[in-house]
Amino acid sequence: MSSLVVENLSIEFGGVRAVDSVSFEVEPGETFAIIGPNGAGKSTIFNLISRIYEPTGGSIHYGERSLLDVPAHRVVDLGIARTFQNIDLFEQATVLQNLLVGRHSRMSRNLARDFLFVAGARSREREHRRKVEDIIDLLEIAQYRDQRISDLPYGARKNVELARALCAEPTLLLLDEPASGLNQEETDDVSFWLDDIKHDLGVTLVMVEHDMGLVGRVADRVMAINDGKLLAIGTPEEVRADPAVQQAYLGTVA
Amino acid sequence: MQIVFKTSYDQDINLLSKTGEYIRVTLVVLLMLAAPLFLDAYYLSELGLLLVYVIAGVGLMILTGFTGQVSFGHAAFLGIGAYCHSILLTAGVPFTVSIILTTTFTGLIGMMIGRSASRMHGFYLAVATLAFLIIIETVLGEWTSLTGGYAGLAVPELQIFGYYLSELWQQYYVDLALTLFVVWGAANLLRSPTGRSFLAVRDSELSARSLGVNVEWVKIQSFGVSAAITGLAGVLLAHHLSYLAPETFGVLESLKLLLMIVVGGLGSIPGAIFGAIFVSLLPVILSLLRDVLPEAMSQQAGLEPMFFGLIIVLFVVFEPDGINGRWRKLLHFFETFPYYRKASFVRQKSYLKTERMR
Ligand SMILES: Nc1ncnc2c1ncn2[C@@H]1O[C@H](COP(=O)(O)OP(=O)(O)OP(=O)(O)O)[C@@H](O)[C@H]1O
Ligand SMILES: [Mg+2]
Repeated sequence: MSSLVVENLSIEFGGVRAVDSVSFEVEPGETFAIIGPNGAGKSTIFNLISRIYEPTGGSIHYGERSLLDVPAHRVVDLGIARTFQNIDLFEQATVLQNLLVGRHSRMSRNLARDFLFVAGARSREREHRRKVEDIIDLLEIAQYRDQRISDLPYGARKNVELARALCAEPTLLLLDEPASGLNQEETDDVSFWLDDIKHDLGVTLVMVEHDMGLVGRVADRVMAINDGKLLAIGTPEEVRADPAVQQAYLGTVA
Repeated sequence: MQIVFKTSYDQDINLLSKTGEYIRVTLVVLLMLAAPLFLDAYYLSELGLLLVYVIAGVGLMILTGFTGQVSFGHAAFLGIGAYCHSILLTAGVPFTVSIILTTTFTGLIGMMIGRSASRMHGFYLAVATLAFLIIIETVLGEWTSLTGGYAGLAVPELQIFGYYLSELWQQYYVDLALTLFVVWGAANLLRSPTGRSFLAVRDSELSARSLGVNVEWVKIQSFGVSAAITGLAGVLLAHHLSYLAPETFGVLESLKLLLMIVVGGLGSIPGAIFGAIFVSLLPVILSLLRDVLPEAMSQQAGLEPMFFGLIIVLFVVFEPDGINGRWRKLLHFFETFPYYRKASFVRQKSYLKTERMR
């Protein structure tokens, strides 16, 4: 099992330091939450880890590997999958197709072989379909299997996006606001699933979340940032009690 | 909603899962096989030409409908295919070898275009592919020693393994065999990781990348297969035209290919087929239109391109799913009769993408 080690990570957008020398470490099997006010730089940290943005300084390591040596489409090969804050699914494809793309990094593919659907293609498809069905059962989205994403309600999309990330069989999962836009009941479901993902699948979780109730329930450790700078790292209680954090939230987290 | 009970993963993997689909496709294939028995020469050659456009349509569909990369230059691949094949045949290369060389060659050119286009989006891609088309059309016109220039190039007769296939029905079967092969292959792509990575790039490059899809490589591949298939259509088209001229492969032809997949229904293989049928009927429609329009209008030179453009716009606005979408709704109507409700095709819950949810 590998740990995620981020050291002095920085990025500037036109002179604005969106992430300013942030360091943290996530242990294998841990659930780590990142909190902070809007525009604090939380999603930007995720985008740096998934190599969408090039940092202006610092390093990111997952296990032995330096992520900065890896192009964006190879990050998942190291076992890192993610979801997006504004749900980013393949809109015109079905749920099943979305989930099968989730298995892309695990499937051998070759244009000529796929065009001819040569011997072995069918058994390969079946085998990956079996893995996909396990995830469908876990997240209870069987009823949506053949629907197009554009026909799904918001809550179902959230689940499908989580499922798609799980299909890659990650060891580290980055979740950008898994409960945003969900009602209380749906948020409770999410917290149960996160527990399952953590305990049954043994996945390390890093999540950005505004819902402090959810954070308190599932996170082992919390990191608070503001204006791209680290404010505090510790258990949920410690971070909540931190004066700098309370200052940043101006009382919104009491 | 109609519920389809599934008992095995194979039902999703198979190309034709519903019995109705299976019967319809079998019937169409049988009818196509039997066509030379009951069609006269004129209609048989028109049907052969339609098949050639099905191939070209599938080619463009893979790029535009499945991968989301628009191309205004696909007639260039048709032209390269037709010219390359005719030149090779004239040089004494056997038909089967020439067809393989030509599709490979067009495919490689497509990959080159795909490489340069892989960082372009929407409007810029449209302009770049249009520029490519104009370059190729000019090259075909100016490189007189190779292409015969604007005077044209005669296409040698169809000959396979030393046998002349000069009968119309023989040519028709060559068209049919290759059409079936291409349609089958494109359908295979869609049920495999490669085709799914195309769809992924079409819908979200960001997500695709985060799941391990090499977006640039996908675009290169997609341009490659698309060009190769369109080049193959060019090969067959050459034998239908028997005389090649550069202006055959111009902007109007590109527009016609786009019209085909938009009208047929973007993002589906049946869409390419419906589109080809529509485009084949277009001259009939146009001549009918000429009869009813006042003379001053019907004699206008730009009537055809204007008509093409108008149809594209009308379909994009009123029936974005194309003829294939209509067809699916119609089928659904009969399958669920008398329970069909318009609402079946209305989005169940619309939701707005917003920056923040609370
Ligand atoms: N591509 C970009 N170009 C310019 N500025 C950016 C870019 N991405 C992020 N920023 C800026 O970086 C800062 C941090 O943004 P980020 O999306 O990481 O915030 P966040 O903590 O996720 O906030 P929220 O809770 O609203 O999601 C913001 O000021 C934002 O405007
Ligand atoms: Mg954010």
